[in-house]
Amino acid sequence: MVGKIFKDFSLLSAILILVILVAIFGILYSYASDAIHTFGWDFLTTTTWQPGEDDDGGIFGGYIPIVGTLLATLIAMLIAVPIAMGIAIFLTEVAHPLLIKPVSIAIELLAAIPSIIYGMWGLFYFAPIIQQSFGGSGVGLLTAGIVLAIMIVPFMSAITKDAMNTTPGVLKESAYAMGATKFEVIKDVIMPYSKTAIIGSVILALGRALGETMAVAFLIGSIVKLPSKVTDPTTSIPVLLANNFAEAQDLELSSMFYLALILFAVSFIIISFAKFYFLGRKR
Amino acid sequence: MKKRFLLNKIILTLSTLSAIIGLGFLFWILGTLLIKGLATMNLSIFTHDLVDGGIRNLLVGQFVMALIATFFAVPIGVMAGIYLREYSNNGKIAFVIRNLSDIMMSAPSIIIGVFVYAIYIDKVNHFTGWGGVLALAIMMIPIIVSTTDNMLSLVPKELREAGIALGGSKHKIILQIVLKAAKVGLMTGILLSFARIVGETAPLLFTSANSQFFTFNLNDQFPSLTVSIYNLATYPDQESKDLAWAASFVLTAVVLVINLGGRYLTRSKHK
Repeated sequence: MVGKIFKDFSLLSAILILVILVAIFGILYSYASDAIHTFGWDFLTTTTWQPGEDDDGGIFGGYIPIVGTLLATLIAMLIAVPIAMGIAIFLTEVAHPLLIKPVSIAIELLAAIPSIIYGMWGLFYFAPIIQQSFGGSGVGLLTAGIVLAIMIVPFMSAITKDAMNTTPGVLKESAYAMGATKFEVIKDVIMPYSKTAIIGSVILALGRALGETMAVAFLIGSIVKLPSKVTDPTTSIPVLLANNFAEAQDLELSSMFYLALILFAVSFIIISFAKFYFLGRKR
Repeated sequence: MKKRFLLNKIILTLSTLSAIIGLGFLFWILGTLLIKGLATMNLSIFTHDLVDGGIRNLLVGQFVMALIATFFAVPIGVMAGIYLREYSNNGKIAFVIRNLSDIMMSAPSIIIGVFVYAIYIDKVNHFTGWGGVLALAIMMIPIIVSTTDNMLSLVPKELREAGIALGGSKHKIILQIVLKAAKVGLMTGILLSFARIVGETAPLLFTSANSQFFTFNLNDQFPSLTVSIYNLATYPDQESKDLAWAASFVLTAVVLVINLGGRYLTRSKHK
């Protein structure tokens, strides 16, 4: 009897996860349906975000926040991928054994720092440096992208390091015995062996960068305007939500839910793609 | 011939350089926090609420929400993990739920905030502490599921078989043998996920929002340290910025201490 209750409760808990996920999709869709019916797919290409006068609904388009999200993520990935690979290589092949543990813990601590701290630090200490070196107002795509990169590096390097560590020693040793240099072993033995997991980690990190809110909110400038230079301020989906959601009403609120639905669907697709095709099915 | 060795040197140097860059940023951020935080820190901020220029209510509020969220998320997460590992026989349902839970773990946290706003805050028409608790709990459940799933998979099959041989019923074996064997790992997982949600901002922005006053009333707007940092940092006056730095220092210190504590717990067990 107790056993049956215990088992049922565990099944119920497991199903709850399914329910929450379906509910998120369902609720976001139903709140977004006003905007979806009004703007349809044109929402994706409309650059206006203009609340109407009085009872007039206004025109809302997601083009600018969508482009802002993609560009900031692109900059972050361009910077983060080489650095994360470098760190993983350092930790698996280069570092003195005594250094491996403290350095990997330190890099993981970087991942534990709350994102709002990155935002504050970035705004007061990093943005001025960007302003001095590249011009602009300090806050903008580039600043947000670089700080985003710092945030996703530890995550990417941790998975990459673990994947690289699974390369069998004999494979590496036979390559060394042929006179290969360390770099050649990394390039021709370790990389091919751990390729799929590395690609998986990069895509997973991409999914994280797309949805990161607080750090970007401090740094991207939060203006609904298309950037013409890389140092220009703009906005992203999470940032627009964070700053304007609470005050929005009616059609604007519904458009916000539309944006949230797009973000959630895109991250869902990206993360499942990374999981199923590259990181192997979990048993 | 020489080119190969040169290339090798260059790549390995670059890789060392990236590690130095990573560490450099860590020390830069922590150093900034330490200097700015200690410079703006005084004991009176711990005895005053936000309305009087302190962070006492914020610290308590943030912890209360995270603790209550943990209180709900841990049993649900652990039970779901038990189902996946002990009851499901690794069938189709388990496969689907396990992967969906992983996907949910990586979902943007602001989406959870939007979701809770829609199902709850929008209905009661004002921000409430319970909304914040709900958002944090939804974030935490998948993390706990994944931890439990992994930790239970490490428990040797022989332990379960020994239990069966003694005539123990399934739930007794799970409760008294499997969970006991996985205890330390589970504790670590719970600590690490607590450290993660206690520093969250995005899910709280339009659920609990923020409050200037000391309160335990979860049916009203609730004080949040992280949301306050976001507000304070953007105010023009220096006093607010200083308080934001002090609050950031306290938040990071708490998160990192819990994080390192969790790691120490697992390490000491393996010795």
